[in-house]
Amino acid sequence: MAEFDTQNVIDQEEVLRPKMVTVEIAGKTYQVPEGITVIKALWYTGQEVIRGAGCLGGFCGACATYYRTKDDPKVRTCLACQTAVEDGMSFSMVPPFPARKATYQMSELKDPKQDLFTLYPEAPLCRNCNACTEACPQQIDVREGVWRAVFGDFKAVSEMFMNCVMCGLCVPVCIADIAPNLVALYASRAQGVFFAEKPERLEHRIKEIADGRYEDEWKRILSMDEQQLKDACAELK
Amino acid sequence: MDIHQLQQIVHKTRDARRKQTLPKCSPAERDTLIKKYHPDFRESAYRAIKFGPNKGEMTVRELASLLEGDSLVPPDLDLTPAYSVDVLVVGGGGAGCAAALHAHAHGAKVLLATKLRLGDSNTVMAQGGMQVAITHEDSPVQHFLDTLKGGHMKNDHNLLRVMVDEGPSIAKWLLELGVLFDRDTDGNLHVKKGGGSSKPRLLTCSDYTGLEIMRVLNDEVLNQKIQLLEFCAAVELLSDDKGTCTGAILRDLDNKRYVVVAAKTVILATGGIGRLHIQGYPTSNHYGATGDGLAMAYRMGAKLLQIDTFQYHPSGAAYPEQLVGALVTEGIRSEGGHLVNAKGERFVNELDTRDVVSSSIIKECEEGRGIRTMSGRVGVWLDTPLLEVEQGPGTLEKHFPAMVRQYQRYSIDIAKDPVLIYPTLHYQNGGVQIDVNGESGVKNLFVAGETSGGLHGRNRLMGNSLLDLMVFGKRSGSTAAGRAMSLPQGKLTLGHVTRFRAEAKKHSASADVTSPLLFPAYAKKE
Repeated sequence: MAEFDTQNVIDQEEVLRPKMVTVEIAGKTYQVPEGITVIKALWYTGQEVIRGAGCLGGFCGACATYYRTKDDPKVRTCLACQTAVEDGMSFSMVPPFPARKATYQMSELKDPKQDLFTLYPEAPLCRNCNACTEACPQQIDVREGVWRAVFGDFKAVSEMFMNCVMCGLCVPVCIADIAPNLVALYASRAQGVFFAEKPERLEHRIKEIADGRYEDEWKRILSMDEQQLKDACAELK
Repeated sequence: MDIHQLQQIVHKTRDARRKQTLPKCSPAERDTLIKKYHPDFRESAYRAIKFGPNKGEMTVRELASLLEGDSLVPPDLDLTPAYSVDVLVVGGGGAGCAAALHAHAHGAKVLLATKLRLGDSNTVMAQGGMQVAITHEDSPVQHFLDTLKGGHMKNDHNLLRVMVDEGPSIAKWLLELGVLFDRDTDGNLHVKKGGGSSKPRLLTCSDYTGLEIMRVLNDEVLNQKIQLLEFCAAVELLSDDKGTCTGAILRDLDNKRYVVVAAKTVILATGGIGRLHIQGYPTSNHYGATGDGLAMAYRMGAKLLQIDTFQYHPSGAAYPEQLVGALVTEGIRSEGGHLVNAKGERFVNELDTRDVVSSSIIKECEEGRGIRTMSGRVGVWLDTPLLEVEQGPGTLEKHFPAMVRQYQRYSIDIAKDPVLIYPTLHYQNGGVQIDVNGESGVKNLFVAGETSGGLHGRNRLMGNSLLDLMVFGKRSGSTAAGRAMSLPQGKLTLGHVTRFRAEAKKHSASADVTSPLLFPAYAKKE
């Protein structure tokens, strides 16, 4: 292995010269290693995190966080498991926000595009302030999405919000009390339930299985001894 | 050396590599490779379990001590129930939500308790897709054989047949709930090819399949007004005098109080064990993946299966440090991405099974053909720019937006530069033994999803986990609900804990380990 020791090693400034930076967590000042994630900075400073830690992979939206960088008045949002700390950063995790989620029986909706206004009557009251879009850590054009939902373009909404992690950061900033992520979820589901094509091939396969189309093959396979099964598996490409 | 300099070899060798085809391992080659390099075969990491249903069997040390661990519950706890339900579902990931929804649909009174928020799970991170045999050239039987081959022939045939047979109808259920699987232009469900599979059969929602399914199931659990307790971790099960499961004790993590639940049936859907960091491996798993269900079920006398085998996903990020352990989707390899060592060579068919690919990467690194980082890690290159060359600029952004963003945050453009990867602890192949309806060896105790064992054999095939969660979530939920409706509520006792403590004492198990662990101890102590 020795011959590769110098050749195939990636330079990492942070390892060559470990640097501590000063951050402010919920108003208190701490020293933490530069470049670790915001959630790791919380652990580093001895804080247990239960509300605020989830998948740790940037998908579940549990670790929504407000932060500000040095000397910048702008408060930004991020997912704590996906953001590296830097010197002078201030941050606080966002507590759960009591947004109203409409409840509905999807299959019983008659006119889902119209029903949006009954379920979320605040949706069309968007005042175009764009705060939701600015708050989104996933770079979704949230404001545009709300309008698309209101105009009934559920397909566009479903595509725009496919990467929505439901962190809810778009909700507390809304001056019209809209919960854009919930509106989008409703529209996306409705798109799937009411406006997507019926996949024929799937239906066909379900029928084949129900009709016993594979029974003979099953009998053949399941009566094999271990060696025969191994051979059958070995034939697979 | 500067990372870009090291990456040059990947760029330089790309054209030559494109002309190459590497054969998949023969069964014999595979056995030799795995036995030499796979972490499952590192003997020093294992020990025998001292007592209980799997006494004498080997598992990793981290898990063995948790299985033998003491209950967190004091023996004199007041067992007056705060809730009385037909079905208690423990866990709010894919399996838990599917189980709760199906139990509810059968008319049962359901309580869903989860340690974190509803949906904070491994499910939400599943990027690769869900395997369902729907094309003309494919069949459930093919799916069965592929899975069996991937699982080293050790899969439970009954469980496996049920899963592949019910795949298409469970996909339909998800569509009816509004899950937006990718489509072909003719409206049919689009299928992708996954590692270890002979036919393309992965249903996907770009690289957000798990997120999309989880979002929809969460929403539906709320719409159905299923009673929900978030931040309430199950810490112990309850039994009657015959050892039948009759409920569970939860711990409310906000006020630290115990919450006793009387339940005619209990479904454990607590997920896997990645956060035990077995053998010191980083993990792709969520924060709560600490094997809680295994510990609780074991204490109650449920037999575990194949708990000596774990899946190390071939492509965990090894650089930058902030991403270490995080999953780099298998989709990159499915779409033709090469694995490349420090000499610019491919060394394995990238679509071989996960255990083969992981073992090959470990081999390259142990034999000095890896790329090392100054933080002491090692890895090989995954040639992501190749996809842009093969399929046109913008391919990665279009098909792998999540991954593009994941690296963009650290100023790495995966369309231009390859990424460094190394296996990451990903999945618990085995778990609690169940029958086709998800019932464990303990009566009225059901187990669904990653906590259960037998279905995947000794290596789970890509895309079979989401399917497992949905199919066995459904079966356990439906069966538990059906059972509960005609069942009186049994007595609530801690008899099994008393018996377990006596056994532990006899075998002088370490008294300072308690289980379930609930969370990894990441907060730095002074």
